[in-house]
Amino acid sequence: MLSFIVFFPLLGVAIIALLPRERERDSKWVAAATAFVVLVAAVGLFVAFDRDQTGFQFVQSHTWISGDIAHFDIQYLLGVDGLGMAMLVLTALLGLVAVLISWNIELRPKEYFAWLLLLEMSLLGVFTALDFLLFFIFWEIELIPMYFLISIWGTGRKVYSAWKYVFFTFFGSAFMLVGLLVLGFAADTFDIRVLSQMEIRDALVPTQVLFFLLIFGFAIKLPVFPFHTWLPDAHTDAPTAVSVMLAGVLLKMGGYGMLRICLSILPDVARDAAVWLAIFGVVNILYGALVTLVQTDLKRLIAYSSVSHMGYVLLGLSALGQVGLTGAGMQMFTHGVITGLLFVMVGMVYDRAHTRQIGELSGLAHQMPMIAVVMVIAGLASLGLPSMAGFVSEVMVFLGTFDKHGALTILGVIGILLTAGYILWMIQRVFLGERSPRWKDLGDATAWWERTAMIAMVAVIFLVGIYPAVVADVISTGVEPIVGRLA
Amino acid sequence: MDELGSVDRLGPELILLAFAGIIVLTDLVVQRRWLVVGGSLLAVAGSLIWAGTLVARDMRGSAFDGLLVVDNFSLFFAFLFAGIAAVVILASIDYSERFSRYQAEYYALILVSAAGMMLLAATVDLIAIFIVLELTGISLYILVAFLKDMRSSEAGLKYLLLGALSTAVTLYGMALLFGLSGSTSLDDIGNVVAAANDDTRAAVVMAMVFLVAGLGFKMAVVPFQMWVPDVYEGAPTPITAYLSVGSKAAGFAVVMRIFFEALGDRSISSDWSNMFAAVAAISMTVGNVVAITQTNIKRMLGYSSIAQAGYLVVGLAAISAAEGEFSLGASGVIFFLAAYAFTNLGAFIAIIAISNRINSDEIGDYAGMIRRAPLLALGLTLCLVSLTGIPPTAGFIAKVYIFNAAVQSDLVWLVIVGVLNSVVSAYYYLRVVLQMFLEAPASEERVSAGPSLGLAMAIASGGILFIGILPFLLLEVSETAARTFGS
Repeated sequence: MLSFIVFFPLLGVAIIALLPRERERDSKWVAAATAFVVLVAAVGLFVAFDRDQTGFQFVQSHTWISGDIAHFDIQYLLGVDGLGMAMLVLTALLGLVAVLISWNIELRPKEYFAWLLLLEMSLLGVFTALDFLLFFIFWEIELIPMYFLISIWGTGRKVYSAWKYVFFTFFGSAFMLVGLLVLGFAADTFDIRVLSQMEIRDALVPTQVLFFLLIFGFAIKLPVFPFHTWLPDAHTDAPTAVSVMLAGVLLKMGGYGMLRICLSILPDVARDAAVWLAIFGVVNILYGALVTLVQTDLKRLIAYSSVSHMGYVLLGLSALGQVGLTGAGMQMFTHGVITGLLFVMVGMVYDRAHTRQIGELSGLAHQMPMIAVVMVIAGLASLGLPSMAGFVSEVMVFLGTFDKHGALTILGVIGILLTAGYILWMIQRVFLGERSPRWKDLGDATAWWERTAMIAMVAVIFLVGIYPAVVADVISTGVEPIVGRLA
Repeated sequence: MDELGSVDRLGPELILLAFAGIIVLTDLVVQRRWLVVGGSLLAVAGSLIWAGTLVARDMRGSAFDGLLVVDNFSLFFAFLFAGIAAVVILASIDYSERFSRYQAEYYALILVSAAGMMLLAATVDLIAIFIVLELTGISLYILVAFLKDMRSSEAGLKYLLLGALSTAVTLYGMALLFGLSGSTSLDDIGNVVAAANDDTRAAVVMAMVFLVAGLGFKMAVVPFQMWVPDVYEGAPTPITAYLSVGSKAAGFAVVMRIFFEALGDRSISSDWSNMFAAVAAISMTVGNVVAITQTNIKRMLGYSSIAQAGYLVVGLAAISAAEGEFSLGASGVIFFLAAYAFTNLGAFIAIIAISNRINSDEIGDYAGMIRRAPLLALGLTLCLVSLTGIPPTAGFIAKVYIFNAAVQSDLVWLVIVGVLNSVVSAYYYLRVVLQMFLEAPASEERVSAGPSLGLAMAIASGGILFIGILPFLLLEVSETAARTFGS
C-alpha cells in the first residue's frame, strides 16, 4: 500500500509524458486525478492506522542492494509511524492543492505537472523510507523537480533563487551523506528501525561530530538561522503551487529528519545539544518575526513568517519530552496547512492584482470578500487563535519546553505577539482600508478549483483546531519511542 | 595443448585484432562503408561472445607462461571495453562522414586499441604491460589526429609528445622494479617488495612514484592532466568519448593490477594509499573548479573527466584500514568505471548528435534544446544529473559506493572533500541543463539523432537508470571481479 502511494505519481508522470502535444492542456486533469487518488489512499491509510500501537506500521521490506565486501546493505524499506503518517497525509493534501491552484498554468503544462508529480513522489518517499540510504535518495531526488519548477515557472530572479535553493540543500545533504556513511560503518546497517534501538559509539569520528554532520542538512532545510537565506528568495520567486509545497512540506523534511534521525538515533548527543536547539529555536522565532515585520512584499512576508514558525518546531524538539515533541510534530502539520493556505491566498491576490507590494494594495475586501475572509482565517490560525490549528501546536510546544528551558520559552512567547502584529497589520493594509480605484475591476475567487482548495484547507484548520486529537494522537504514538530513548 | 589453451584465453583480443586486419585489407578491394562498420561491430560481438564462453567454460587461468591471466578482473574489463568499443563505433557512424578517406583505418584502429585496453587488464608481466600500453597508446594518437585539421593535428601531436614522456617515466619505474627483483612478473616482484629492507625501500618508493606519474597520464589525474582539455577539444568527438571512458578505465585497470599485485605489501601500500588520497583530493578540486569557467562543452567534459578520475582514485586510496584488503576499494573503482562509462558515453553521444546539426560545441548554443530535440536533451540531462551524482542514476550509487569504501578505510576527510566537490560540480553540470530547458532556442529547426546514435543513446540512458535503480547486479559483478585482489 505504501509503495502504491509513493510511486502512484510516477504513473501520472508517465501518462502525462505520453499525452500528444495538442492535448497538453489535459495534463492538469491527469495530475489532479493522480493527486486525488494519492490523497484518498493516504487518508484511507490514516483511518486504518492503529493509534494504540507505537512503532512502524504498513512496513514493506525487500533486500535491495547487498554488498558483502563493502558492508553495503540497503533495503527497500517503507513504513510509517505516527509522525510519518501525519506527514504523509499533509503531503498528499498539499499535493492535490498544488495541482488545483496551478489550473491556469499555460506555459509548458506537460512538463510543469510532470515535475510537480515527481516532486510529490519524492516527498512521499522521504516520509515513508525507513532505510537511511533510501531516505537520502528520496531526499536528493526532490532537488531536480524543484530546480526546474522554480527556474522555469518562477517570477523575478527565478534562476538565481533556484540555484540558491539547490546549492544550500545540496551543501547540507553532502554532509548528511558523510554522516550517513559513517553511521552505516559504525552500526553496520542503514535500517532506521535498528539504528534507533542501538547505541551508537564513537567510530571514525566522535558521535558529536556525527550528530553535527547529520543535523546540518536538516538545519538548512528547516531552515535554522543563519542558513535561512535561501528561503525568502526561493519562496518569493517560485510559482504559487511550489511555494505551497515548499512551505507546506519541504521545510518539514528538516524537522522530520531531526526527529527521525538525529534525536532518535543519537539520543545521548541530543541531550547535550538540547539547549543549543532551544537557543537557535528562539533566535529563529524572534529574528524571523522581526524581519517579517518590515517586509513590503506579501510573499516575502509569509516566507519570513515561516522562518519564525519553524523556530517553534526547533523549540519543541529541544524539550526532548512527550509534549514538546508532539507539539513540534503538530506544529509541522498545522504550519504546513496554514502557511500553505496563506501562500494559496497570496497567489490568488497576485493572479488578480499582478502585484504583491503591500503598499500598493488596499481595500481588497470590497472586491474579493471570499479571499479576504479565508485570508483572515488563515492569518488568525497562523497567529495561534484558539479553535484553530495553530493554537494547539504552539501551546503544546510552549508547555513542553517551559520546564526545561524556562527563560528561553518566555522569550519565544514574544514571537506570538510579533506574529499577531505582522499578520493583523498585513490584513489591515491589504484587505481593509481605503477602497482604491485601481483595484475596482478585480474579481473574487469563483473558479471551482480555487474554492475546492480553499475549503479543503480551511476545513482541516478548523478540524484540527477544534478536535486536535485526530492528528495529535497519531503524532504522539510516533514520538513515544523517541521520547523513550531520550529519557 | 597448453599453447592452444593460451591462444583460447587470448581469444577475445585476437578476434578484434584479426578483424582489424581483415577490415583494412578488404577495404583495399571493395570500399563499402556498411561493410567496414558491420565488420567492426561483428568483431566486437565476436569478442563479447568469446569472452562469454570463457566464463561459461570456466577458462580462468594464466596463459603464455604467466604473461597474462584470465580471471574475473580481466573478464570484467573485457566485457566493459568491448561494450565501450561497440558504443563508440555506433557513435562514429554519422560522424565519420567528415573524413571520406581512411574509414576502414579509423574503425580498425578503434578495434586495435580496444584489444590493447582489454590486454592491459589481463597482463601480469611488466614487459607485456609495456607492449600493450604502447599498442593502445599509438592507435589512440592516430585516432586523435584523424580529422587532420589544425586543432585535431595539434591535439594529436600534444597527445603523442606527452604520451611518449609518460611512457618513458612508466618505463623508468618498471626498470627500477626489475632491477630490484630481477624479474618482470608481477608475482615475483610482489614477493621481493614484501621482503624489502631499509636499503631497498627507497628504490621501491621511487619506482612507485614513477609509476603513478606515468600511469597518471592515462588515468588523467592532476598533476598529469595537462593534455586533457586540448586533446578532448581537438579530437573527433567519438574519440574524445573513447579517451574519456576507455583509455581512462584501462589506466585504472593497469594501476590496480600493478599496485595491488606487485606493490601490495603492507609496508608500501600505506605510502601509495596516502599518495593516491592526495592525488584524488587535488584532481577532484582542480577538475571541478576549472570546469566552472568553461564555455566549450567538450572542454568542460574534459575537466569533468579529471574530476571524475579524482573520485575514482578515492577508491584506489581506500585500503580497508582494518584488514588491508584491496577488494574493498577495487570493487568501488570497478563499479564506478562501469557506471561512468554509461554516463559519459551518453553525454558524448548527445553532444555528437547535437553538434552534427548545429556545428558548434559552445554551451551557449545548446539554448532551448529541449524544444529542438526533446529526447536528446532529456538524455543529456540524465547523463549530467548522473555525473553530478543525484539519484536515481548510476552516478549516485557509484559515488556513494566508492565513498562508502573510503569511509570504511578511515578516510573521512577525503569523503568530505569529495562530497563538497559534488556540490561544486552541480553548478557547471546543471548550467548546461538550464541552457537547454530555460533559454530561448536560436532557431526552431529540429535536431534529430540518426538511428545509430539513437540506439547508442538509448543504451546509455537505459544503463544509467538500470544501474541507478537496480544496482545489485552490477554490484555483485564488481565484487566478484574485485575479489581477485582479496587477501
